[in-house]
Amino acid sequence: MSSVTMLYAVLLYVAFAVLLIGVVRKIVIYARTPQPLKIPTTPAPVTKAGVAWRIAKEVTVFESLFKSSKWTWIFGWMFHLSLLLAFFRHLRYALSPESFIWPIINLELVQALGKYAGFAMVVGLLGLIGRRIFVDRVRYITSPSDHLMLLLIIGIATTGLLMTFVERIDVIMLKSFLLSLVYFDWNNIQAMPTDTILMIHLGLVITLMFIFPISKLLHAPGVFFSPTRNQVDNPREHRHIQGWTADDSATSKPV
Amino acid sequence: MADFDVPVLKEYPVIPVIQPGSMAHLSPFKSKPDHNTGIGFPGELVDDWHDKAIAKIGDMVKNSRALQVFLDICVKCGACTDKCHYYLGTSDPKNMPVARQDLLRKVYRRHYTFAGKFFGALGIPGFVGAADLTKEVLDDWYTYFHQCSQCRRCSVFCPYGIDTAEISMAAREIMDTIGIGSKYNNEIIVKAHKIGNNLGLPEPALVNTMEGLEEDVKDETGIDVKFPVDVKGADVLLITPSADFFAEPHIDGLIGYAKVFHQAGISWTLSSYASEAANFSMFIGSGDNLKKQAMRIRDAAIDLGVKRIVAGECGHAWRVAYNFWNTLIGPFDFLDPNYPIPQHICELTHDLIARGALKIDKEANDHRIITFHDSCNVSRASRMGNIPGGQFSIPRDIIKSVANNFHDMAPETIHENTFCCGGGGGLLTDDLVELRVKGAMPRMEALKHVIDDHGVNYLTAICAICKSQFSKVLPYYDFPMDMIGSLHQLVSTAIQLGEKD
Repeated sequence: MSSVTMLYAVLLYVAFAVLLIGVVRKIVIYARTPQPLKIPTTPAPVTKAGVAWRIAKEVTVFESLFKSSKWTWIFGWMFHLSLLLAFFRHLRYALSPESFIWPIINLELVQALGKYAGFAMVVGLLGLIGRRIFVDRVRYITSPSDHLMLLLIIGIATTGLLMTFVERIDVIMLKSFLLSLVYFDWNNIQAMPTDTILMIHLGLVITLMFIFPISKLLHAPGVFFSPTRNQVDNPREHRHIQGWTADDSATSKPV
Repeated sequence: MADFDVPVLKEYPVIPVIQPGSMAHLSPFKSKPDHNTGIGFPGELVDDWHDKAIAKIGDMVKNSRALQVFLDICVKCGACTDKCHYYLGTSDPKNMPVARQDLLRKVYRRHYTFAGKFFGALGIPGFVGAADLTKEVLDDWYTYFHQCSQCRRCSVFCPYGIDTAEISMAAREIMDTIGIGSKYNNEIIVKAHKIGNNLGLPEPALVNTMEGLEEDVKDETGIDVKFPVDVKGADVLLITPSADFFAEPHIDGLIGYAKVFHQAGISWTLSSYASEAANFSMFIGSGDNLKKQAMRIRDAAIDLGVKRIVAGECGHAWRVAYNFWNTLIGPFDFLDPNYPIPQHICELTHDLIARGALKIDKEANDHRIITFHDSCNVSRASRMGNIPGGQFSIPRDIIKSVANNFHDMAPETIHENTFCCGGGGGLLTDDLVELRVKGAMPRMEALKHVIDDHGVNYLTAICAICKSQFSKVLPYYDFPMDMIGSLHQLVSTAIQLGEKD
């Protein structure tokens, strides 16, 4: 096994473990932290089904963002949708051809859409970075890390596009390498193609996986736990007690 | 009349260019030691304030999912940056919701996230939006967390529902914990704990005032409308903001409630022990005090043996009543389950009108051309009636039932998009007049349009703070200060007491 293959195999395992453990840890924290009072932003749904619909709209069409800023919405939505399509297209590297998933998500469609989604992703990201540079209010609230995260994903998208349209790599070889990792086939890990551009692409993805659980990228799982969005508006009908409102002996009582 | 520039009202709303530090000079008077100790906090800034504040942040995120999630997940997208009335009126970027939150978030990031600790150790916490808690940061907290009226407009527009009100309440709680409080809020809470209302109005004065009102209404209408205090066995306990007892134009609203009760034949009473709907403990984010204040109401209801609790016109009080009472002072198994617990006075009046129980002469309000200001806590933090949005339709239905001339302000400034009056969230104090005037600008702009287009001469509110705030700021914009009035003042004008049956 070459040292490049070895290095990327180890890094991919470690990065994936950090991502998984980090995000699961945060989800557990969010789920276990009590919300002592009812604070839905009203008008709010009065049933659980209504709340599910409200959150579904937030995470699929970014309803609140649409209300606030059309430009941010267009760029943000373009980026996230492209990300989803690109994710589907990448599934072929992690799933065997016999996987039950393929008939469900329509391989041909995913391949076709995912191929061009990369362009939309870059356009969306450039739009978001442009707002950080040109809108004075957004510039004021931007830290270097906010720019770098956008640049990181632009780097991932660009190298991906280059491999698809300019500097094609041996995807069969890449797939063998990745599947051997996915199936923990450690005695028989396949060699990774050593194209520079692939190494950059994977290196940036590994970086992103490390950053995800320790950054604002936690908005992805976090949005589902936002009390102003996920609480049912029924305080008169159902007595809500949690945390210090359930346990009067608690010492700290934040509202 | 002002030692600051009153904003110019424009034809169309304009998002201002940021002017860093433009409001850095303004913060409310700090509380005196006995105001702090009176509500369970250290009298003065403690010596180890830095460590105590950091520890408090860690403690609070463990006990509030909202805080934990909100501090973690903001992506700084900027969607909220042009949504706060204080930013629109002052151009100070620290009045943009995300920047206000970041005053606390950057300290949380520094001490409670890997990224903040790592880059902090390298000496560049700012790289990941983290910062150490310095005296300057603490001063910023005091200044800018007292330039937030906790109106939740930003939370409507945030893609994750991040609510700056939660952050600003938490920040005030942290500051109180290390011995820094605002005089206006803490002094009032001490009074409410001691006497039962924000004004510090004792029982004899309350009884006296209500007797005076009975005489006034008798003189005006010839009818014996009662304003009962501490009547055991009454059906309804009315919990209303104490401003209703004294202040203009609030008092005409109280007369309206009394006339409604009178004509509907509902026996009711005030309580001298729990003579306050307002609960300023919410503004300072103190759960202990929030509960302690609310508990007086439960005790009074049990003591008087009432069957129902009705809340008067007050925005944040209705939030506390609607959303928090059941949690804090419930269950209400001693009240009549056939009525909403608690019930808003507008729900009650709306119901009576729908059932034809009130005799109304709409023409009596024909001299008024009316618009309605949605109060933030009613709009975005509570509900009326059985369907979402009842808090918008019910007050408007009442107005249209008692008056002929009604015009809404622009859609982007009403309902859940409503602009704060500029004085909510514990900022209704003279030391913050500049902020209050500037913060009222978006509402004044929308008001100007309906005045110009429809000749509106009556601005209706269902919140004691809104009413006081508008009385103060309307003249700065060359509008008559007496154009603000209670919703139940309109009811009071239209109701025909002598003519029923």
